[in-house]
Amino acid sequence: MTVAPLFEARHIHKRFGDQVVLEEINLAFEEGELSGIMGPNGAGKTTCFNVLTGRYKPDRGQVIFAGEPITGLPPRVIAQKGVSRSFQLINLFDEYSALENVLIAVPQVRNRGFNMIRNIEQDTAAIDKAALVLERVGLKGKENEPSDQLSYGDRRALEIAVALATEPRILFLDEPTSGIGIEAMARLAELVQELKRTYTMIIIEHDMKFLFDLADRISVVHWGQVIAEGTPDELRANKWVKSSNLGKLV
Amino acid sequence: MAGIGGPIGHWITREMVIAFAVIFSIPFWINAVGLYQYLGVEILIWMIYALGFNLLLGYTGKPSFGHGAYFGIGAYAFGLAQQHVVVNVWIGIGIAILAATLAGAMVAAFISHRRGIYFALMTIAFGQVFWFAAVKWHALTGGEDGLQNIPRPDVFSISLKDNEALFYLAFFFFVLVVIALWRLIHSPFGKVIKAIKQNEMRAGFIGYNVRLFKFMVFTISAGIAGLAGGLFAMAQGSAYPDVMSLHVSGLVVMMTLIGGGFVSFWGPVLGTVIFFLARDILGVLTETWLLWYGLMFIVVVMFKPEGLAGIWQDLTRTRVSKSESVDTSLISSARR
Repeated sequence: MTVAPLFEARHIHKRFGDQVVLEEINLAFEEGELSGIMGPNGAGKTTCFNVLTGRYKPDRGQVIFAGEPITGLPPRVIAQKGVSRSFQLINLFDEYSALENVLIAVPQVRNRGFNMIRNIEQDTAAIDKAALVLERVGLKGKENEPSDQLSYGDRRALEIAVALATEPRILFLDEPTSGIGIEAMARLAELVQELKRTYTMIIIEHDMKFLFDLADRISVVHWGQVIAEGTPDELRANKWVKSSNLGKLV
Repeated sequence: MAGIGGPIGHWITREMVIAFAVIFSIPFWINAVGLYQYLGVEILIWMIYALGFNLLLGYTGKPSFGHGAYFGIGAYAFGLAQQHVVVNVWIGIGIAILAATLAGAMVAAFISHRRGIYFALMTIAFGQVFWFAAVKWHALTGGEDGLQNIPRPDVFSISLKDNEALFYLAFFFFVLVVIALWRLIHSPFGKVIKAIKQNEMRAGFIGYNVRLFKFMVFTISAGIAGLAGGLFAMAQGSAYPDVMSLHVSGLVVMMTLIGGGFVSFWGPVLGTVIFFLARDILGVLTETWLLWYGLMFIVVVMFKPEGLAGIWQDLTRTRVSKSESVDTSLISSARR
């Protein structure tokens, strides 16, 4: 490896009370790649995301983004640096329309967040940008629908759109397929395939087919550690993956 | 995204013009309907207070049950300024706003990282601290009796001794507050605070300094309460600790909720009118009018938390859908 990875987690340890959730996590995500994280329920995948994106401070270890330590910084600072994420449980602004959800995340709007006089409705450049993000995730035509009245699949797409609208350098998606139907899943796979060309992405995923089809590299997390790593093909041959439940699904 | 009110330019809406016109006319007919000029002054002052309060409660989703503190601080600051600095409306009001803003900022610095019930409890705690200080600090506040004989200064050599004149001074500030708040709510800042109300965590994850926004909203809201408090001291000719008590702080919460501050900019205005009419009309009939008002509050919270503005919106919405979509009436009635 000649170039340093875009995002790195070194020796991350996180406990809640006496319960150690992350024992020792080491991860490196290369620029332009789509990395997958898989593992059984309770393996610490979401906690790992929460540490990497600033929701929790790790008890030990370092998080490095673009050569700069971001360990323990608050989520907003990490977000401003270009790290964005979606959530496993849909986490939207439910009283806002689809467009408003995305608009509020657009950096131009964020930079004017303290402006108390400007009329946001005349901010056509930002609104166009937000509309474009919605179009990208397949929500064109639903701009003005209240976000809590969208279908579940559309809300999943909007969840990603909000994360995208911040114009991140790296995008973390936490179980984007959670709870969606086959049809929506296919649409989502297409979307991720398309986003892959522009973004460095990390996806936590339960659906193994989804992940193995899309990811460049996959890390298997179990017992709070990374127990296997490699390309999808390497992992298919991995004896641990083969002998576990996960292998049967691939 | 545009409101129903129909903006006229950048600062004014049609709703505002109507509201201003109606309120402006109050002194011309208030005696004729059996009420009195001073009531108009009181209503205007509490409208200002409730509008500022609703920035925090309705738009940012953060309850404060100790907002009377800032109203009271404004009242004392106005009184002290008149008695010890100079007898002048603008300086007095300026000092009232400044004092309440500073007190609000100080409290906000302590509580703006709190959420939900913890935020609410801290507002009560700080409200009680200020109230207690007002009762006990005789040298400054005059204790239970408060500050007496606060003058009503002249404005541009117009005497404010007359309640009608004071009404129009309060009206002037009301207009300023309405225009400024309406503009603020429709600005990027307003968009952000409404997002924070809906989802604090996500607002942080898309890069907003949620704590700073909450701090600013609380401080602005306290400053507006201070303005109202200053006017109140002028109107009453005194400043006393009662307005800072927990139960008077509760009144502004009730006004805002009954009026429908969660769904409408005008909710607090409506709620203030209802409160004072209840006080003066029910109050004539029975000494226990607050009981009936309290019951009304319970009914609203249980059956229509969106308040009177919510009922109004339901009524107008039904009318629109009936007139606009006759052919889909089957579908909509089936859905019902």
